[in-house]
Amino acid sequence: MIDYMAGSSVWPELILLVMTCLIAMLDLGVRSPHRNLTYVLALVTLLAVAALCAAQALDGKTWYAFGNMVVSDTMGNWLKCFAALSVAVTLVYGRPYAADRGMLAGGEIFTLGLFALLGMFVMISGNHLLVLYLGLELLTLCSYAMVALRRDHAKATEAAMKYFVLGALASGFLLYGLSMLYGATGSLDVGSVFKAVASGQIKHQVMVLGLVFVVCGLAFKLGVVPFHMWVPDVYQGAPTAVTLMIAGAPKLAAFAITMRLLVEGLLPLAIDWQQMLALLAVASLLVGNLAAIAQTNLKRMLAFSTISQMGFMLLGLISGVVNGGTSSAANAYSSSMFYVVTYVLTTLASFGVILLLARDGFESEEVSDLAGLNQRSPFYAAVMAICLFSLAGVPPMVGFYAKLSVLQALVSTGSSWALWLAVFAVVMSLIGAFYYLRVVKVMYFDPPLTATTVSAPMDVRVVLSINGALVLLLGLLPGGLMALCAQAIVRTLGS
Amino acid sequence: MGLLSLSIWMPIFFGGVLLALGRDEHAQSVRWLALVGALASFLVTLPLYSGFQLETADLQWVEKSLWIERFQVHYHLGVDGISLWLVLLTAFITPVVVLAGWEVITERVNQYMGAFLILSGLMVGVFTAQDAMLFYVFFEATLIPMYLIIGIWGGPNKIYAAFKFFLYTLLGSLLMLVALIYLYAQSGGSFDLATWYQLPLDSQVQTLLFFAFFAAFAVKVPMWPVHTWLPDVHVEAPTGGSAVLAAIMLKLGAYGFLRFSLPIVPDASREWAWLIIALSLIAVIYVGLVALVQEDMKKLVAYSSVAHMGFVSLGFFILTPLGVSGALVQMIAHGFVSAAMFLCIGVLYDRMHSRLIASYGGVVASMPRFAAFALFFAMANCGLPGTAGFVGEWMVILAAVKFNFWVGLAAATALIFGAAYTLWMVKRVYLGPLANVEVSALQDIGAREYLVLATLAVAVLAMGLYPKPLTDVMDASVVKLLLHVAQTKLP
Repeated sequence: MIDYMAGSSVWPELILLVMTCLIAMLDLGVRSPHRNLTYVLALVTLLAVAALCAAQALDGKTWYAFGNMVVSDTMGNWLKCFAALSVAVTLVYGRPYAADRGMLAGGEIFTLGLFALLGMFVMISGNHLLVLYLGLELLTLCSYAMVALRRDHAKATEAAMKYFVLGALASGFLLYGLSMLYGATGSLDVGSVFKAVASGQIKHQVMVLGLVFVVCGLAFKLGVVPFHMWVPDVYQGAPTAVTLMIAGAPKLAAFAITMRLLVEGLLPLAIDWQQMLALLAVASLLVGNLAAIAQTNLKRMLAFSTISQMGFMLLGLISGVVNGGTSSAANAYSSSMFYVVTYVLTTLASFGVILLLARDGFESEEVSDLAGLNQRSPFYAAVMAICLFSLAGVPPMVGFYAKLSVLQALVSTGSSWALWLAVFAVVMSLIGAFYYLRVVKVMYFDPPLTATTVSAPMDVRVVLSINGALVLLLGLLPGGLMALCAQAIVRTLGS
Repeated sequence: MGLLSLSIWMPIFFGGVLLALGRDEHAQSVRWLALVGALASFLVTLPLYSGFQLETADLQWVEKSLWIERFQVHYHLGVDGISLWLVLLTAFITPVVVLAGWEVITERVNQYMGAFLILSGLMVGVFTAQDAMLFYVFFEATLIPMYLIIGIWGGPNKIYAAFKFFLYTLLGSLLMLVALIYLYAQSGGSFDLATWYQLPLDSQVQTLLFFAFFAAFAVKVPMWPVHTWLPDVHVEAPTGGSAVLAAIMLKLGAYGFLRFSLPIVPDASREWAWLIIALSLIAVIYVGLVALVQEDMKKLVAYSSVAHMGFVSLGFFILTPLGVSGALVQMIAHGFVSAAMFLCIGVLYDRMHSRLIASYGGVVASMPRFAAFALFFAMANCGLPGTAGFVGEWMVILAAVKFNFWVGLAAATALIFGAAYTLWMVKRVYLGPLANVEVSALQDIGAREYLVLATLAVAVLAMGLYPKPLTDVMDASVVKLLLHVAQTKLP
């Protein structure tokens, strides 16, 4: 009944599920305050799953499983691999922080993180409207719980409440939109929806109505204006380790679900959703960059920066369909994919440094907490500076090439409004450069508030060094990752 | 590894080693390693000159390999007559600056030296890049070490200066980025400069591209009215930073005009040359007058730099071989002279901790050897024949007079203003009675400072007496460029 070859395509999810349940049960017996056994098991699982996804991605075949409800294609496998690695790195960075704050009293952060990753996997691999929604809900419910993990911390509880209420509302929007699509096309399968819409026999207004609600739900997940209000509050209120959990890998999943729904499912409606996304992108760039200037809290500033970065990523998605033709689609979507992947990499490293500084009961939340980091620890200041310059889009860091790819996709559409949009994006990047530079200024030019050196456990130091080095190295040699994204999108669109 | 790659990556490698391994406890070894690295990087560039063929205008020492396949960006390096001396200048100034910062910089010495070495490699990269994206990456990357140099070792208002520098130059460059991406699309997916030189473009597009390039390069040169960042930055930057900024980083912008604006959009360049000439003349005359009233020595030399660079942009857009060659000679000469001027101010500042002219007077009495050098460099700044400052200015004025008598006359007033502000500063600072007891207690320059100033003095004198090596190298490439600019690209 279950085709073996197709079934093997869901092995990453199966392994993840089995190991997570195993870890959840084994964790009950773990005594050590740092939960070493749980931690090691979780890392091993994540690395194994990541390797499996990478192997499937390199294989290059596309498999459909469970009656076309799940798809395992190159883009999905690479995104799953990167998501698994991101969660692994998050656990590495977050464990000392969590241990200091009593969040490791039970091993929930590991189990919830792994289940959230499973939700991401389902989102990335889903080929069916309900499966995508299921994955989204699994991810977000785990996220709500993780945000609230610090039960005694008022800010965290407040953030969790906000996240939950707004997130539930957004999920409702998404579900309503999906139900409209189902009602109009008569099918929940993404491929069938595409065919039905492409046939042109569905009433356009009904489709667009559903599309609007779907875009609202997706925009919430991505954190773009005007569905962005949760991002600063949740990023600031959540414990920093959890902020990284929700800021890093879920962006990959959000990108994937946007691709699955809008590109694979509703590409014939591209003229409509491209316009919507263009407005969202412009607003996000404006609000994100301008609001971040006023922030003194580092996490809040990074939250607004995330909003503007996601706006920039959307610019790539709107360049796909030009005058009804899809010749530049692969170029456009792969530039967005490259942007999201490099953004997650940079976010991991920058939050890694923040988590490093937040030891010993000291929350390194304010920008001023980084003061004089260059004198306390030049290496970590350098890692943070590399990440900040990358986010600002200054060569030779990888963030510059991400921006270059998206701008090139925009300009290559050939229309003059796209050119002005590129100029606008570039001017907004300049405004954005200011607040990233301000953090560099605080680290390098201001005298330190404390003279203590920054200490870190060995695993954090190794991973952070590799992470920072990657941001610089991928900037010197970006061709490999770019080609990987391009090939992934081409294979996905082709099937 | 090709010679050009070596010139770029050797200083970057030494800089990286210093950043990774240097510690303030071993500051002396850090300094010596930095000096060795800087000298080695300079020696590596000498064969570029000795092996350079003068008759051809083609690119020499070419290296090309595919770098980013997705955008067809190549790691394409090459020098021709226009860029060769700029590469040599960059490599020469680096050990000078390392020596200049020997005793003054005592905190995080490894980061200071590392930043300068990496900056040096990046600037050589800008001058040798033959692929637009490679050029842009190097061009922008230079902002990072300079920002850190100004902000960490700068003066009281360093943060304002560092931000102004970074954001002002970034704005122009980002507009140029859009132009580069547009040209990439127009040329069917290539960033290769040689391809773009042949690309036909219609008049409206050429105008837009010209102004996009203008935005980036005018801020960098800097041209009036976007020059205001330079005085602020020079005042706050450490001595070595000012020297590198004035000597080389300003040339990045002027070089950009020659490599991008003139050959890629020649019709727009010819059409808008009058605007550049007008702005250059304003820089020469108005900024010269502004320099006259300055009380801060560094600010005075900064405004003087703007005026000298006005000569450079004037020479470029007269669009004759004499004008362009003269401007290029002026660029190299200004590189040596302004570095020397800033180093002299640095010598005084290290001792008195004041840049104000009012704090000084009669320095020649307590520091005769130093005053001799300072006076010599001041004469070079005025444009005294026999020093480097004269050759370029004379060539540009001659070209300007041939172009239009009144433009030439206006440009020639630069000699008057240059002499005015420089000589008046020299008179107030070095000559006359001893101003106060601190000045009379000044120690004359020691061996290290003597070495630095003597090296620069020899270079300035050599260029002034025998500029033929410069013009010989430039001739073929300048003629080829102008022949190209004279042709129309309108489809």
